[in-house]
Amino acid sequence: MEHHQSKSFPISHVIGFVVSLLLTFAAAGIALYTNLSFKVIMWIIGSLAVVQAGMQLFMFMHLREGEDGKTNLVNMIYAVFMVIVIVVGSIWVLTSGHAAH
Amino acid sequence: MGIKWDEFFITGDPLILGSQIAILLTMIGAVAGITYLKKWNYLWTEWLTTVDHKKIGIMYIISAVLMFFRGGMDGLLMKAQTARPEMEFLNSQHYNEIFTTHGVIMILFMAMPFLIGLMNVVIPLQIGARDVAFPQLNALSFWLFFSGAMLFNISFVIGGSPDAGWTSYFPLAGKEFSPGIGNNFYAVALQIAGIGTLMTGINFIVTILKMRTKGMTLMKMPMFTWTTFVTSILIVAAFPIFTVALALMTFDRLYGTHFFTVSGGGMDMLWANLFWLWGHPEVYIVALPAFGIFSEVIATFSRKSLFGYKSMVFSILGIALLSMVVWVHHFYTMGSGPAVNSFFSITTMAIAIPTGVKMFNWLFTMRKGRIKITSAMLWALAFVPCFVIGGVTGVMLAMGAADYQYHNTLFLVAHFHYVLIPGVVFAVFAGLYYWWPKMFGFMLNERLGKWHFWLFVIGFNVTFMPMFFLGLNGAVRRAYTYSAESGFAPLFMLSAIGSIVLAAGFAVFCYNIYWSIRYADRNISSDPWDARTLEWSTASPVQFYNFAKLPEVKSLDPFWHMKKKNEGLTLYDSEIEEIHMPSNSWLPIYMGVIFGIAGFLLVFEWHIGSAVAAIGIFAGLIIRSFDYNEGFHVKKDEIHRIENAWRKTEGEVHDHVS
Ligand code: HEM
Ligand SMILES: [Cu+2]
Repeated sequence: MEHHQSKSFPISHVIGFVVSLLLTFAAAGIALYTNLSFKVIMWIIGSLAVVQAGMQLFMFMHLREGEDGKTNLVNMIYAVFMVIVIVVGSIWVLTSGHAAH
Repeated sequence: MGIKWDEFFITGDPLILGSQIAILLTMIGAVAGITYLKKWNYLWTEWLTTVDHKKIGIMYIISAVLMFFRGGMDGLLMKAQTARPEMEFLNSQHYNEIFTTHGVIMILFMAMPFLIGLMNVVIPLQIGARDVAFPQLNALSFWLFFSGAMLFNISFVIGGSPDAGWTSYFPLAGKEFSPGIGNNFYAVALQIAGIGTLMTGINFIVTILKMRTKGMTLMKMPMFTWTTFVTSILIVAAFPIFTVALALMTFDRLYGTHFFTVSGGGMDMLWANLFWLWGHPEVYIVALPAFGIFSEVIATFSRKSLFGYKSMVFSILGIALLSMVVWVHHFYTMGSGPAVNSFFSITTMAIAIPTGVKMFNWLFTMRKGRIKITSAMLWALAFVPCFVIGGVTGVMLAMGAADYQYHNTLFLVAHFHYVLIPGVVFAVFAGLYYWWPKMFGFMLNERLGKWHFWLFVIGFNVTFMPMFFLGLNGAVRRAYTYSAESGFAPLFMLSAIGSIVLAAGFAVFCYNIYWSIRYADRNISSDPWDARTLEWSTASPVQFYNFAKLPEVKSLDPFWHMKKKNEGLTLYDSEIEEIHMPSNSWLPIYMGVIFGIAGFLLVFEWHIGSAVAAIGIFAGLIIRSFDYNEGFHVKKDEIHRIENAWRKTEGEVHDHVS
């Protein structure tokens, strides 16, 4: 609130934004316009999602600028926990028992 | 996407026609009244554009009380309809719409803003700060919430209400089975309000981590601050899941995708899964701050510091962690197989452990305390047994196998009302009676407060206790009527009578607010309850900069020790310094309005209009990026004058020496 550090052009944000768009369109293109098997498509677009998440952490989330490593570590562990709960948990719940059919 | 003007206004129902007229008259009345009293300018500069956390909090609370009224009316209508077998007061469609709006409004537009309102008023004061970390974002949160709430509320007079339950399960909520636009209101209005809530979560995490006054370490924070902190973390964890789920729902309904629609290879249960991945943490998002409020109230009126502070903190963290891994208990009957159901049964039952720890901590806080039975304390006392009933029936429901019996019955409905009403409604009432003098400089009437309390608590138990037995006897939820042969009639009647008593309690509460505004004594000290935390160490109502000098904290219950040792209560002229405060802004309310317009057009599937309105959203974002307003400085003279005015009164523990 007191002062803003720099008014220089936010170049990394713009690059991050453009790359995000490219990765997203690539995923959509592979899913919609290729004849690869379902499994292969899932692996490719899943990997693209991980790449994009990682890139955004650096480009948007100031991962390199954190004052102390401890906070970042706690945040990362927490994020990994959330991802496991949401993604792995959902897959487990929706693919076991009668729900699978 | 032809526009169906004939379906724009809902027509043909006398109840709804009555509401349309009432809404119109209220609006005309409000506009005329404000114009007549020449209050537009005051309203704009003091409230609509404010970034002051206290005023934003008060606006949240006012909205929540109004929404409580709306949601409560829905509840009464349902109780009237089921009071006797085969009643023809509401038809089945109308009943569906009403339980849907009731559920959504009570949880998202009553419980959430009520608690967020109290958090807004209290948290910066409790941690000795002058505002939240991002004041303007805070205002934006409020206006987005308000915009979403209004959009949702007009659905019953314009366009038609959502009718697929507050859970809006697919396939029912899909275009195929709900072709009207009612469910678009659900998808869009909750999205807008949800963005606001998410920003609140971020704001409070940063505020509590970065803005605490000197000496207040994490383990010296008041319990309400702790619970708000953990709730904010849960908000940031859970709300994005809902955001995504709603976005997918919107795509399915508006643009023909098939994420959840079975016909196109989608997965209907994925919606239930995502909904509860958010929905269960959401229950704790509203319960945890409520626990914090009870902790403050019980400590203050037992005149002791909270028993087992550390175990309290760890049980909050435990509850928060567990609350992320229990969501399947809402759909055991989906049939995920024994391993899944067993896992989630165990995690669910485990939540009882930290909750039990908290219960005993509250009881031990009261033990050997010099308890003062005020209205606020009464709510906390009633909370304990009522919430235990809710909790124990929760453990019954937690058993996956047994749940096949209870599932979808009124037993469940009784259970969650026994959790939500004591756990949230009692808490916000306690909080309101407790912090009211801090917000407005006078107290709510204690005599009326006790009438409010007894009517509400008795009415609540008479309404919902019979529902446990109805449910065990086989009465299903979300059913608009039942046959005379079922034998349900007497208990349904009893429950309906209870709801009238409950409503009478709420009426006394409203009358209490009116009475106290008109007649309550204005000459009260800034610390009328002899309280323990920092919000009581400044004026009532709090001056806009909160603290002339920021307090220093050495222990838990800092204000209590300041009073005991007579430390830091006196302000010397030499200590006064200029204070830097943020300026008002029109952008948040502008964003609220423009989001509301874009959302409204989207609900009606007028895509082009909606896209045009969305340009306004981007315009707002751009204007904000180029906004270099640095706020303003409060001059020493002004601080001097304001501090003198409240410190130099009789019965005041604070002093000011020139
Ligand atoms: C103030 C008095 C209240 C009354 C008389 C009341 C009454 C009812 C009734 C009759 C139902 C529907 C039962 C059925 O399935 O047929 C219901 C559902 C529900 N209530 Fe309440 N309630 C009240 C307060 C609350 C509060 C404070 C909350 C939340 C904070 C709440 C949340 C819900 C929810 C989530 C549902 C489920 C809606 C659905 O089935 O989609 N209620 N309530
Ligand atoms: Cu749950």
